[in-house]
Amino acid sequence: MATTAVNSASPGARSLLQRIRAGDEIAWLITLIFAAAIIGVTVLLVMELWIHSDPARSKFGFEFLKRSVWDPVTDEFGAMPFIYGTVVTSMLALLIAVPLGVGAAIFLSELAPPRVSNVFTFLVELLAAVPSVIFGLLAIFALVPLMRSYVQPFLIHTLGWLPLFKGPAYGVGVLTASVVLAIMIFPYIISISREALIQVPREQREAALALGATRWEATWDAVVPFARLGIMGSVFLSLARALGETMAVTMVIGNEPRIHASLLAPGYSIAAVIANEFREATGDTYLSALVELGLVLFVITIILNGMGRLLIVATTKPGTAR
Amino acid sequence: MSTAAVALRRPPVHLRHRRRVVNSVMLTLTLLCTIITVSALFLILGYLVWNGSRSLDWNFFTKLPLSPGETGGGMANAIVGSAKMVMLAAVIGVPIGFMAGVYTSEFGGATMGFLVRYTADLLNGVPSIVIGIFAWTLVVVPMKTFSAVAGGVALSLMVIPITMRSTEQFLQQVPLSLREGALALGASKWRTIATVVVPAARAGILTGIILGVARITGETAPLLFTALNNQFWSNGWNQPTASLPVMIYYRALSPYEDFHRQAWAAGLVLLTLVLIANIAARMILSRGAVASRG
Amino acid sequence: MRTALYMLIGCSAAATLGFATENINAAGATFPGPIYQKWFEEYRQAHPDVQINYQAIGSGGGIKQLTAGTVDFGASDMPMKDEQIAAIKKYHVLHFPTVLGGVVPTYNIEGVNDLKFSGPVLADIFMGKITKWNDGALKKLNPGARLPDADITVVHRSDGSGTTFVWTDYLSKVSPEWKSKVGSNTSVSWPVGLGGQGNEGVAGQVKQTPNSIGYVELIYAIQNHMGYGSVQNAAGKFLKADLSTVTDAAAGAAKDMPADFRVSITNAPGANAYPISTFTWLLIPDKFDNAGKRDAIKAFLKWMMTTGQKDCAALSYAPLPKSVVTKEEAQLTKIH
Repeated sequence: MATTAVNSASPGARSLLQRIRAGDEIAWLITLIFAAAIIGVTVLLVMELWIHSDPARSKFGFEFLKRSVWDPVTDEFGAMPFIYGTVVTSMLALLIAVPLGVGAAIFLSELAPPRVSNVFTFLVELLAAVPSVIFGLLAIFALVPLMRSYVQPFLIHTLGWLPLFKGPAYGVGVLTASVVLAIMIFPYIISISREALIQVPREQREAALALGATRWEATWDAVVPFARLGIMGSVFLSLARALGETMAVTMVIGNEPRIHASLLAPGYSIAAVIANEFREATGDTYLSALVELGLVLFVITIILNGMGRLLIVATTKPGTAR
Repeated sequence: MSTAAVALRRPPVHLRHRRRVVNSVMLTLTLLCTIITVSALFLILGYLVWNGSRSLDWNFFTKLPLSPGETGGGMANAIVGSAKMVMLAAVIGVPIGFMAGVYTSEFGGATMGFLVRYTADLLNGVPSIVIGIFAWTLVVVPMKTFSAVAGGVALSLMVIPITMRSTEQFLQQVPLSLREGALALGASKWRTIATVVVPAARAGILTGIILGVARITGETAPLLFTALNNQFWSNGWNQPTASLPVMIYYRALSPYEDFHRQAWAAGLVLLTLVLIANIAARMILSRGAVASRG
Repeated sequence: MRTALYMLIGCSAAATLGFATENINAAGATFPGPIYQKWFEEYRQAHPDVQINYQAIGSGGGIKQLTAGTVDFGASDMPMKDEQIAAIKKYHVLHFPTVLGGVVPTYNIEGVNDLKFSGPVLADIFMGKITKWNDGALKKLNPGARLPDADITVVHRSDGSGTTFVWTDYLSKVSPEWKSKVGSNTSVSWPVGLGGQGNEGVAGQVKQTPNSIGYVELIYAIQNHMGYGSVQNAAGKFLKADLSTVTDAAAGAAKDMPADFRVSITNAPGANAYPISTFTWLLIPDKFDNAGKRDAIKAFLKWMMTTGQKDCAALSYAPLPKSVVTKEEAQLTKIH
């Protein structure tokens, strides 16, 4: 950080200094105003969400989070089907993406030749920039037919006795939405985990190898535990991203506000229902119920983002293995 | 320790063999993971490029959308609409983010700096649909119309934290020696920042701006109920405005083959823009980093 | 660098400067979407100084945005209820019928065309009581058809839809169980099925999902070469929706049209009447602050009732009966 000019004690010099410093004071003030604007805007956002969700909050209270009904005709609303859909698709996406992503990160950071690793990482990070609606577009025309014609019938055939895989092969549904989300969070898991693994001091791996460990053992037992917190951080951040994902999910989840046991059934997520129904929500309760859903999503995302960042920060301090 | 004692401690053959097998298996598995993840991403995008390039034609860039069933329409208004709103978002968001980044990096105290960083992080993590709700309450409701302004404001909220973060990050990387040199020559603090520190960090800051703009170009959710959509040109800034991502969304969901074609074409155009911006940003960053070290 | 900046400023100036057009915004039903798109394009070509931007976001959306004041007029296949009209304090909403259309049961079954449906059977399918295509009830109605032993995938609307209102209004009239369990409205609690956004979304979903069934306005099934079934009307005949059967459904209403034009013609009595027919309306305020907009909208409405009706047949909508048009022209004077 730069140091400010030295404050002189003599009165004559102070007026000159004061003039110079006046420029600094103004600059400080201007930048402070802009910085405060960010705080102001965020506070305003929370306030607006709070105010506009008031009718629903006062009508339903905390019960809103537990009810499963969503009936605009009778003005009865409940968040459960959407929380369920959001959480299930995100968790399932993590279940698919984390093993694959961490495995790929381990390979790219520890086991691949450096040029290969750099090229692949560059490409994977580029893919993190692909907009969500494009994933949705591809999901509708490439993934859904695949799911409907091959994957889902296969699952029904082999695992159909489980309630998780019962039901007709729609193509769209909770499982398909989870797969799209998993594909979308691959880049985050891979790049952040790889960063965490690279941060681990080389001495760790070299010490393990010196003791006679195989390459895998050195990686898994000496390097990965060091990066554990960073990897977990990437998981939390990806989870937060997956929870807030709107377009790709809306396009393939089936849009049914019901809770089904089967993963092959259609569902709904918080972001998807807001996107679909916001423009037609007549009446105070309907609109405020949607805003309240937005508030719920906001809170969940903030918590997870915070946890994720803490974990990542914890691992950028060298030498932390806990 | 004598070699005999070490030899006595060597684990039995079958254990060593097992470890070797585990080693090969796990190495192969991680390779497999890499191949699966990377190829999933590339197959998917290859499909987009293939379909998009087959569907792209001159009409796409020059004609307005036509009603279903009529061929030959395009998305000229969506391209212009996206450009308008992204520009507005940049004009609003970049200065705010930049100035705030200057504050936290150069002027900020411990608590204020922490607060600003924390809220910027918070804002960055807000789901884009919630940003849309906020912009709706802020702009659409008082103005009583859907508009490009509302869309631009929504997008600017997403640009601010990205710009702030990268500004702060790259300003802090400017070496102390540069600053002290300027101060020693009698420059005031703000002059130092304006003429020495910021130019030194300009590659990184520019990168952040480009990445932020690239990100909002592809955002759909915030525009759904702020800018709505328009089948014609939007005159001025107070009218519903078409945009590329929203058009892709509606076209993809429709049943018409011609609309699907247009969705592919638009997807390809959008993807190309975003990828070019990202690659350009990285190149600027790597070249800028080299230059500042010289 | 500087040239790029100048170009940017130039382009933004061009994009910002408005042309001297009357910009009118409207939103609402997807049911008449294709013909409204055509009309507004045609009208703009004929009158370049009037640009009516219509966004098909569903009847529910149209009513909502009109109430919120963010659009100049709305469109809906369900006439606004009294409470909804009363909720708009600034003015009174006038209903202007524009075209007649039919809602058809469209399906995607390989090698099967021209299925016959009865009202109760449709209700049972959409309630989830009939789950397979080769169910006894369907086989009875279609003895010759090769119905597959496959699950029926039901597709309905996920947004607030006038088409849904017409469909559920019809089902409520023919199935008491539907009426008590589900009811009729722009948005209902569907017992089963996937949701699609807009008529386009439902059509798209049905088109891509084998062995599925959905309900869409006739033109959507035709334009997308999708099979659609005939429905048994009140007189017992199985009819497919087309210009004559839909027009016949409106025959009774044409004679006894209420003054505010809010009428339902589902399950109409005529021998040749298609049972799931409906008018669709533009929701126009009777008071405008902006004289330019008011005049432009009045001129468009006049055009729509006369010249515009010629476009109906090509898009499989039925034109308004002459008696209705006369009454509407009288209602035009109420806009001031």
